[in-house]
Amino acid sequence: MLGRDEKIPPSKLSIAQYAIVATFLVLCVGLWRLQVSGNEKYQAQAEGNSIREVDVLAPRGQILDREGRKIVDNYPSFTAFVMRDRVKDLEPDVDAIAAGLNVPASQLRERLRKIASRPQSEPLILKDDLTPADVAFIESHRNELPELETITEHRRLYPTNGFMAHVIGYVSEISEETLNSDACFDCRSGDMVGQSGIEKMYNDYLKGKNGKRRVEVNNRGKVLRELGEDAFTAGKNLKLTIDLDLQIAAEEAMEGKNGSIIAMDPNSGEILAMVSRPTFDPNQFAVRISHDDWNKLITDPAKPLFNKAIQAQLAPGSVFKIIMSVAGMQEGIAQNLHVNCGGGKNFYGRFFKCWISAKHGAHGDVAIEKGIYQSCDVFFYTLGEKLGIGRIAKYAQGFGLGQKTGIDLPQEATGVMPSEEWKIKNFKQKWYAGETISVSIGQGAVATTPVQLMRAISAIATGGNLRRPHLVSYDSLPAPYNDKYREALARYPEKGHFDINPQNLDVITGAMANVPGPLGTAPSAHLEGIEFAGKTGSAQTISNEARKTLKGAEYKDNAWFVGFAPRRNPEIVVAVLFEGGEHGQFAARLASQVIKAYVEKKRRTPTHVAQSPTAPIEISALWSAPDADSESGERLAGGRFNIHAGLPKRRITSAPGVN
Amino acid sequence: MRRYVSFRDFDWTLLLFVLLICAVGVMQIYSATLNTKFAGAHIKQVYWILGGLLAMFAMSRLNYQALVDNVHWFYGAACLALVAVLVVGTKYLGAKRWIKLPGGVHFQPSEWVKLVLILLMAKFFHELRHRETNFVDIAKAAVLGAIPMLLVLRQPDLGTALTYTPIIIMALFLGGLQFKHAIVIVAIAAALVVPVWRYGLKDYQKHRLTTFMNPEADTQGKGYQSSQSIIAVGAGGIWGKGFAKGTQTQNSFVPIPQTDFIFATLAEEQGFVGAVGVLLLYFVVLMRLIANAQTAPDRAGAFVIMGVVAVLTFHILVNVGMVVGFMPVTGIPLPLLSYGGSSILFTFLALGIVMNIRMRRFVN
Repeated sequence: MLGRDEKIPPSKLSIAQYAIVATFLVLCVGLWRLQVSGNEKYQAQAEGNSIREVDVLAPRGQILDREGRKIVDNYPSFTAFVMRDRVKDLEPDVDAIAAGLNVPASQLRERLRKIASRPQSEPLILKDDLTPADVAFIESHRNELPELETITEHRRLYPTNGFMAHVIGYVSEISEETLNSDACFDCRSGDMVGQSGIEKMYNDYLKGKNGKRRVEVNNRGKVLRELGEDAFTAGKNLKLTIDLDLQIAAEEAMEGKNGSIIAMDPNSGEILAMVSRPTFDPNQFAVRISHDDWNKLITDPAKPLFNKAIQAQLAPGSVFKIIMSVAGMQEGIAQNLHVNCGGGKNFYGRFFKCWISAKHGAHGDVAIEKGIYQSCDVFFYTLGEKLGIGRIAKYAQGFGLGQKTGIDLPQEATGVMPSEEWKIKNFKQKWYAGETISVSIGQGAVATTPVQLMRAISAIATGGNLRRPHLVSYDSLPAPYNDKYREALARYPEKGHFDINPQNLDVITGAMANVPGPLGTAPSAHLEGIEFAGKTGSAQTISNEARKTLKGAEYKDNAWFVGFAPRRNPEIVVAVLFEGGEHGQFAARLASQVIKAYVEKKRRTPTHVAQSPTAPIEISALWSAPDADSESGERLAGGRFNIHAGLPKRRITSAPGVN
Repeated sequence: MRRYVSFRDFDWTLLLFVLLICAVGVMQIYSATLNTKFAGAHIKQVYWILGGLLAMFAMSRLNYQALVDNVHWFYGAACLALVAVLVVGTKYLGAKRWIKLPGGVHFQPSEWVKLVLILLMAKFFHELRHRETNFVDIAKAAVLGAIPMLLVLRQPDLGTALTYTPIIIMALFLGGLQFKHAIVIVAIAAALVVPVWRYGLKDYQKHRLTTFMNPEADTQGKGYQSSQSIIAVGAGGIWGKGFAKGTQTQNSFVPIPQTDFIFATLAEEQGFVGAVGVLLLYFVVLMRLIANAQTAPDRAGAFVIMGVVAVLTFHILVNVGMVVGFMPVTGIPLPLLSYGGSSILFTFLALGIVMNIRMRRFVN
């Protein structure tokens, strides 16, 4: 039995008490340090934990034609994703999800496996651009599959079948390099940016400003509460100078062919239509282009991503003879030049053929007019010999050949206008006089882009007024965009002038008006009742050296045509490059389709003076009809009719596939 | 003799403060488990507290001296139970700590060993009351404590094993440990650090310690629990975010918020004022216990009470120290505040023995 005995000395209990006091003081200091001194810091960290800023994506602006008709629009698209740290929850349900979303389960598993090492907070996209059935599946399985989440995005809706694809360009997710570059100070990962065409050029204007949603989340990133939202600013709508009616006509003309058509208002430089073939479908990029599709696009030898209107650099062929004519007449040589074409001629010891020789013919006596509408090579060989490369280059450069036009599209090509200086600089070689002869008919080293050639002919057609071709009129943009974009292209003057004597001009355009006619090289492109002038060209596709390396392959000549209407005070100029078209006449036919569409539209358009009536108009008429029984063989007949006035065709309201 | 033992001598003040802490605990458990799969844990906690109170009253009816007299039987049984855990225990989260009893109850013997150890030390030093403590006594006491400790370390459960040390240290201190002995003990402990680190600790235990040394190195991985707890405490500020309004707590950033990190949730939602207030409650409880030790009828009683004081203080120091980032993450609950039956029952049983001793202070 234990009994009462010596107690513990009170001093030891006091020491224990002091030790406890000390312990508690230490703990209080710890609390003070965190809660009073460190409060601000930890408050911020707690907010950083719980409060997330989620971007609310701003829709990009629409792209419209000159009359405000939709070319590019947006559509709401749903994306299914899981947060990376919830992938584990997802694993047992992969088969159900794969079936519900209509994706192969193996593909889903592969993706889950791939992202196993990625950061916790990263979302894993399971499927883009969900169909309404997919969305319904997710909505109806909220409880069984809570880890499956969706977000809405505004995706680009581009016209179908690659309509106008090269002008519009496309958007895709911002690349790593762009994101890291200095130019991109407010970019964020996942931003959709324009990668080519108008989408790239006017990205800043179209993109809008993303909003921000402040949400409270738990430790798994699940949104618990909405705390507030800064609304987004939608991108501004961009009006192009394109006329959808003409664009459609140009697209139809180019269907199934390779090449390019451009139509422009020669007085302002406004591009009315621009087509390049083959084309691609920008809608592929709007979602997420698959690796295979992308490889197919960039390795396709036909280069569907290439905008031939501004990037193809080819020999202009006989279209160049117009520049020759202007040079010749302005220099006072061509007016009095008479040449006898016997199917070819010797220059500097070499025989240069006229194209007519291939048809076993000759042009006979040729002056400037016939030289143009019959495109006589011998005439221009002779003119070239007399002018010399220096004067030819001076005029060609004056009309902008071998220079960028400054069109508001990215990656315009420069082209080449050779000269003595050019040859020395690039080849360290002297210019041979024989080369001048080739250049005289637009062959040899001359290489132009369709837009360049169009601008040159447009300038000549308007008496020497050069205009910078453009798809957007800066005056139509609000500040500061108008000045900003104007400045970006400031080194390409909007207007220029190269004096041409009006008499000379009349001779040249007069001859050009005969090209699409019975006397000319493109009789089948004739448009009855429309005063339409132009010049054909048929040019070698590749140099002779290239032809050797690509032996076995067959390269047909390119057909060119640049024309305008009406002949005097032209309103529209059209350039056509028909690759492999063999003869300029076939290009001229395509151009005539566009010009016809333009003129018909003009004629259809109601004027203010005579509004087209909406109600049918009743009229009465009296006429004589053949009648075998009557003496005169005729009888008088009469009746009432309703005439339906108004537009004969259904009006186009948007680009195909964009409603 | 029996008539002198009366509930009039029950320490009602002590019980009041204990229940105040329990009440705060129940509220905080409610807040911490709101909208989680543990929702409703506060109700279970109330049942545990009621059970604890019953156990406490039952315990106070027993004669602590009889318990002390027979502690060697309990000790033997406890050691057997610990061996049984190692042999037939249930493995959960990588450690064998529980024995599954019929009826689905999980029994964790290591928690009860504390009580046995307190009584054992009391008996050991009570019997030495007539002479100076010598080095052999100290070694004997150390071995008695080391056996269950090593068994618990084998489970492995470093946290619980550590809670045995304050009992032994307190006993040695009160039992007349001499300064020279203390130096030798510290020297031996220091010499053991390296071998224990290398061979004695499991990887996860080393992990916790290294994380504790440098929690910011990897806030998403190792140091996550510690840094989230510190953020919660710091974000609370002076007045706190308000009941059930702490984002760290409510949005599940604070790990295991109803048990080990309950104090972090309290500090976030009730602020510095609330946290220090609760510490004051604990302080009152501890001071009250020491006062009871002073009036204990014998040396054994004083040893028992001081053993309880040592265990409670150690729990508070390690748990709150962990929450404010002074201590590594060890999984030691905060007595009376943390959710959990074993912890609550142990604390109330320990208090029961204290009451028992107090009620017998006038018994000769």
